[in-house]
Amino acid sequence: MAYSEKVIDHYNNPRNIGTLNKEAKNVGTGLVGAPECGDVMRLQIEVDDATGIIKDAKFKTFGCGSAIASSSLATEWLKGKSVDEAIQIDNMDIVEELALPPVKIHCSVLAEDAIKTAINDYRVKQGLEPIVDDKKHY
Amino acid sequence: MLKFPIYLDNNATTPMDPGVLEAMIPYFTEKFGNAASRNHSFGWTAEEAVDYAREQVARLIGASSKEIIFTSGATESNNLAIKGAYEMYSSKGNHIITVTTEHKAVLDACKKAEKMGAEVTYLSPNEDGLINLSDVESAITDKTILITVMYGNNEIGVVQDIPAIAAIAKKNGILFHTDATQAVGKIPVNVMEDGIDLMSFTGHKMYGPKGVGALYVRRKNPRVKVTSQMDGGGHERGMRSGTLNVPGIVGFGKACEICQNEMAEEAVRLSAMRDRLEKELLTIEESYVNGNVKHRLPHVANISFKFVEGEGLMMGVKDIAVSSGSACTSASLEPSYVLKSLGLDDELAHSSLRFGLGRFTTEEEIDYTIDHVKTAVNKLRDMSPLWEMFKDGIDLKTIEWAEH
Repeated sequence: MAYSEKVIDHYNNPRNIGTLNKEAKNVGTGLVGAPECGDVMRLQIEVDDATGIIKDAKFKTFGCGSAIASSSLATEWLKGKSVDEAIQIDNMDIVEELALPPVKIHCSVLAEDAIKTAINDYRVKQGLEPIVDDKKHY
Repeated sequence: MLKFPIYLDNNATTPMDPGVLEAMIPYFTEKFGNAASRNHSFGWTAEEAVDYAREQVARLIGASSKEIIFTSGATESNNLAIKGAYEMYSSKGNHIITVTTEHKAVLDACKKAEKMGAEVTYLSPNEDGLINLSDVESAITDKTILITVMYGNNEIGVVQDIPAIAAIAKKNGILFHTDATQAVGKIPVNVMEDGIDLMSFTGHKMYGPKGVGALYVRRKNPRVKVTSQMDGGGHERGMRSGTLNVPGIVGFGKACEICQNEMAEEAVRLSAMRDRLEKELLTIEESYVNGNVKHRLPHVANISFKFVEGEGLMMGVKDIAVSSGSACTSASLEPSYVLKSLGLDDELAHSSLRFGLGRFTTEEEIDYTIDHVKTAVNKLRDMSPLWEMFKDGIDLKTIEWAEH
């Protein structure tokens, strides 16, 4: 199975690898997947307190090239969005952008879960209710 | 000069030796006869070529040429041996003993035998991949008709103590079959000395053509028979009908002859390169060899690089063709059942690469591989959350993972 050019580009030049201070009140962290499943993604967002805009996003991923590319792309998309806009990111947008084959769709699902988990972590820290995910990937 | 991509997946298949191709070519065009045509020279020429190849194949494994049944490959040979022996001897008993780390061609043939009424015991190996002889012995019942244990494992290269297992079978009057696909042509395999009754092997793992293999079927002490799984013109002593693949068989024979001449020197050369590769890669922190390193094929190394996922790693060394026990390469999303049988955590199974060296592997290719695997492991660890947690002293087993 050949990888799409976009997957290869994200794999070779991953955007926004790194770690944000997970203790900070304006940082949301999403750690999803499991080592025994072969994929773990950690996605973090840093939200500007004044504007509610995501000013930084970082990831680290243990997984195949498609998983790395999905999380790299997710951080790119998150930056500059408001939290409410970010919650709208759908895994199928990632599938389309990266031209993921059916066997790799779970990578995009994981990225979406990571986004939602990070946002919920942020919301809880801010004293808000977590958003209930109606897609229920689990 | 290095040529890319580098091929280090010789357990999957080997390139054909140029000498093999040369031997085969005339049998496609001028010498195209059917080896079963008994009444003209085209047939005689083909039959002679097959007889000669049968001698070459038999000689490599210490058999008589009459004991070689040509098939389409090791999968067919395994099917013929297991299902054929079950059908032939099911009046004596219905119990078969095998091992969880066998190739799917053996495991699935056993599953089919179970559907036909067999009872199968699947022995678990130790964490180094070897099975205990006492486990074999204690699995035997008065219904046991067949023990089938592979010679050298395709994923980890572990070589079982075949003579000892065969001796246990013989002592108990049970037939012994071995899938020797990865071993024949790589290490000395002798059906007489090893006490093997049935043995599967194939051309394309030993620098011969694809689509041709053999089943060794013992003719004396005891005389073994298997029920044919392919019915037709009664070729191959009635055990495998079908027009013989003359060019393939000629190539297979030539491949056996070359292996016989070069095996001893080749094993020394390949194991030296393999050991160097392994030693260098094990300087990477948190890397582990899978399988016993003493009882092992000379050309195989299976290494797990913890906190890095195998398919992601293969993408990082895209100029090098290797294989991984990672699930991401399969549709099932399950990692290698062989590595799991050794008791490896799924996580380590996901992190494994298999390096399979071969006749045409060079020192320069090994240098390049050492270099690039190291770089790729480091790069991927820099982006691995698990590596970061490990470095922060977090025990990954204490984390509640959100499994998906």
